[in-house]
Amino acid sequence: MAERVLTDFIRALRSADVRVSTSETIDATRAVAVMGYSNRSRLADTLRCVLAKTVDEKTTFDRLFDLYFSRDSRSENKEQESERDHALDDDAQNMMELIDNPSDTNFSLAMEKAGEEVGIENIRFSTQVPYYARQMMKVLGVGELETKMMEAFSKKTDVGEQEAQRLIEGRQKVQGKATEYVKRAFETFGSGATERFRNEILSEKRLSQMDSHDLARMRRLVDRIAKKLIAKHSRRLKRTQRGVLDVRKTLRSNAGYGGIPFDLRWKTKKKDKPRILAVCDVSGSVARVVRFFLMLVYSLKEAAPDVETFAFSGRLEDVGDILKSEEFTPAMDRIVNSIGISSTDYGQSLSDMKTDYWNKIDRRSTVIVLGDGRSNYGDPRCDLIAEAKERSKRLIWLCPEPESLWGTGDSAIPQYIPHLNKIVHVATVNDLERVIDEVLASYS
Amino acid sequence: MTNKNANSGYEGITSVETVTEGLSKVGYISTSEISTAIFVAHHLRKPVLIEGPAGVGKTDLAVSIAKYLSLPLVRLQCYEGLDEAKALYEWKYGKQILYTQLLKEKLNEIVSSTGTLESGLGKLASLDDLFFSEQFLEPRPLLTAMRQERGSVLLIDEVDKSDEAFEAYLLEILSDYQVTVPEIGTITAKVPPLVILTSNNIRDLGDALKRRCLHLHIDFPEPTREQAIVRARVPNVSEVLLSQLVVFVQSLRDKNIRKKPSIAETVDWARTLILMHSTELDHKMVRSTLNVLLKHESDIESVEKDIHSMVMQSVNQNTEGRLNTGYPDIE
Repeated sequence: MAERVLTDFIRALRSADVRVSTSETIDATRAVAVMGYSNRSRLADTLRCVLAKTVDEKTTFDRLFDLYFSRDSRSENKEQESERDHALDDDAQNMMELIDNPSDTNFSLAMEKAGEEVGIENIRFSTQVPYYARQMMKVLGVGELETKMMEAFSKKTDVGEQEAQRLIEGRQKVQGKATEYVKRAFETFGSGATERFRNEILSEKRLSQMDSHDLARMRRLVDRIAKKLIAKHSRRLKRTQRGVLDVRKTLRSNAGYGGIPFDLRWKTKKKDKPRILAVCDVSGSVARVVRFFLMLVYSLKEAAPDVETFAFSGRLEDVGDILKSEEFTPAMDRIVNSIGISSTDYGQSLSDMKTDYWNKIDRRSTVIVLGDGRSNYGDPRCDLIAEAKERSKRLIWLCPEPESLWGTGDSAIPQYIPHLNKIVHVATVNDLERVIDEVLASYS
Repeated sequence: MTNKNANSGYEGITSVETVTEGLSKVGYISTSEISTAIFVAHHLRKPVLIEGPAGVGKTDLAVSIAKYLSLPLVRLQCYEGLDEAKALYEWKYGKQILYTQLLKEKLNEIVSSTGTLESGLGKLASLDDLFFSEQFLEPRPLLTAMRQERGSVLLIDEVDKSDEAFEAYLLEILSDYQVTVPEIGTITAKVPPLVILTSNNIRDLGDALKRRCLHLHIDFPEPTREQAIVRARVPNVSEVLLSQLVVFVQSLRDKNIRKKPSIAETVDWARTLILMHSTELDHKMVRSTLNVLLKHESDIESVEKDIHSMVMQSVNQNTEGRLNTGYPDIE
C-alpha cells in the first residue's frame, strides 16, 4: 500500500515534467522508510530533497504534494474511522449504500476504490473528465441503482415516487462527488501532460499569429528551449590541438623529474566564444517574430554571453543596453513603439550601421539579420550586406515570410540572397531554435 | 536507527530535531528543510548538493555541521582547471627522486649482482612497487576525507566552477566512496564522509551528478529566521534595531537590483550600525552605510530615492514586528 502511494506520486511528478530516475525512486523509498509517513511536513521535506532537483521542480513538487497527499491522508484516516464504525464492508461500495449512508467517510473510500478500478492515474486531458466520471459511476453500480429507480417508479404509488425521487437526488450527489474526484485526479496526473501538449502546439504555431495570452506560456517555452541549447553548447571551450608542443608548460610541469621531459604538454587552442550581432527590423508584423527571437537570444546568456542588438525601421539604433539592463517585455515594447513606427528603409538603416557600428563586426561574430526585406522600393544597399559578410564570420538572414513571397512587391530578398551565407524562413519557435542551434554549433 | 560503525563520529545525528538543535548550538540557525536533508543524507549515505544565491550560508552549513559533530572538515575549493592531481592524490616526485638518488649505490649493487641485462631489469621492476607505495602518496582533500578514522565532513565548494570533466570524475567518489589509484588499487573510505557540495549556479550541473545527490535549495531567509541569524551572530544588537534592519533588508530584496543583499551582508550591516552607535534606523545613517549592503554603484543609485520611504516603513512595521517575535527587548 505504502509503496503504491509513493510510486503513484512519482508518476504524477513525471507527468508534470519532473525528471525522476529509477535510482531516485529507490532513494525515495529508502528515505521514507527512515522518516515514515506520520509527519506530513517532514515527509514533504524528505521527498523534496530526494526527488526535486531544481527550483522549478521544487515548485511543481510542492503543488503536487499538496494535491496528492491531501487526498491520501483524508482517505487514510477515514479508513480508520470506518473500521471503528464497521458500517462498511466490501459490498458497501456500491451506490445504494452510499445513498443510504452518505457520510464523507464512505464517499472517499468508495471513490478511492472506484478510482483504482478505472485506472484514474491514466487520465491525461481535461476533456477526459466526463468519461472517467462515467466509468466511476459504472463501477459504483449505477446500473443497479437505475433498476431500483425504475422499480420504484413502476409501483406508481406516492411512496414509490418518493423513493425514486430520493434515489435520483442520491445519484446526483454521487455523480457530483465522482466528478470532483476525477477533476482532482486530473490536476494530479494529467495537467502536466496537457501542458506538454499545449507547448507542442505552441512551438509549431506561427509567431506572427501569437496572441497576448500566449505570451506567458511562450516565455516558459522559450526558457525551456534556451536551457536545452545552453546544456548543449556551454560545454568546454578548450580543445587540445595535437602536435604542437607547449615548451614552457612542459618544462614547468617536468621540473619535478629533474627537467627530463616525461610528461609532455600540448598547446591548447581556445575556441571563440559565440558573438552574435542581431540586426532586427522592428516594424509592423516582423516585430512579433523579433520579439521571440530576441527573447530566445537573451535567455542564452550562458551559451552566448556576447550579444549586440540593433533595431531599425527607418533608422537604426543600438538597443543592446536597454535589453540587457531592463526587464525584457517592457523594454521590447518601448523599442517597438519608438523605433518601429517610421517607414521601413533597409538602405538607410544599413548605412547607419556602417557609420556607427561597423567596427563591431569582426571575424568571430555572426551577423543575424531578421527582416522581411521590404524596403518600400528604396535602394536595398546590397553592397553593404556584401561588405558585412566579408567582415564577419557568417551572415545569416532570417525571413518571416515564406519563400513564395520573396521578390513579390517591394521585397528585396532576391537581391540580398547572393550576398548571404544562409537565408532561413522562420515562422515558428522551432525554426528559431534550429537556427540558433546551428549558429552556436558553428563555434565548436 | 543504530549506526553500523560504532566508532564513527555521526552519533549526533539521531533525529531531525537533534540536527536542528546541534546546529543552533554552534550558531547556525537551521530550518526543518535543511535539517531533514542532513538527516536523510546521513541515513542514505548520499551527498547533499546545496544551491542558492551567494551568501545565504551554504558553505557555513558544512562548517557548522563539522563543528557540531566535532569531525574534521575537509574542504575542496573548486575552480576552473582543477584536476585530480590537486583534488585526490599526487605522487611525491621530489621524495621519490631523492630516495632513488640516496639508494643509488644500493641499486647498483643489486643490479650488478645480476649477470644479464634482462635479469637486472627484472630486479628493478620488482622494486617498482616500493616507489609507488602509500609512503610516496601525497593525499589531497578527497583522499584525506576518505581516510579519516571517525568520518569527516567533506565540503566540495562551488562545484559549478570546476570543469565538466572533473564533475564526471567526482561521480565514482560520490556514489561508492572509493577511489582508484592505479599503482596501489582501490581505496575505500573507512567511514564514508558526509559530503556537501555547494553551487552558485554559474552553470547548470550535469544530471548524473544531480541524480546522485540530495538537493537542497537555500533561499534568502524568512524575516524571523533572518532575525534569529543576526541575533546569533551579533549578540549585542538591540531588538528594535534588529527587527527594523531586517524589515529594511527584506524590502530591499524586492527591488529590481543586480546583486541582492544576502545574510552575510545583513550581518555586516548590523555590525556597522552598532559601531555607529545607532539604536534605530534613520535615513541619513542608512544612506551613508548602504555600501555595506549593496555592492554595485548602479544598485545604490537606483534605490537611493526610495530610502526614505523604506526606512519609514521599516520603523513603522517594527512596532508590529516586535509583538510577533516574542523576544524581550534587551536594550
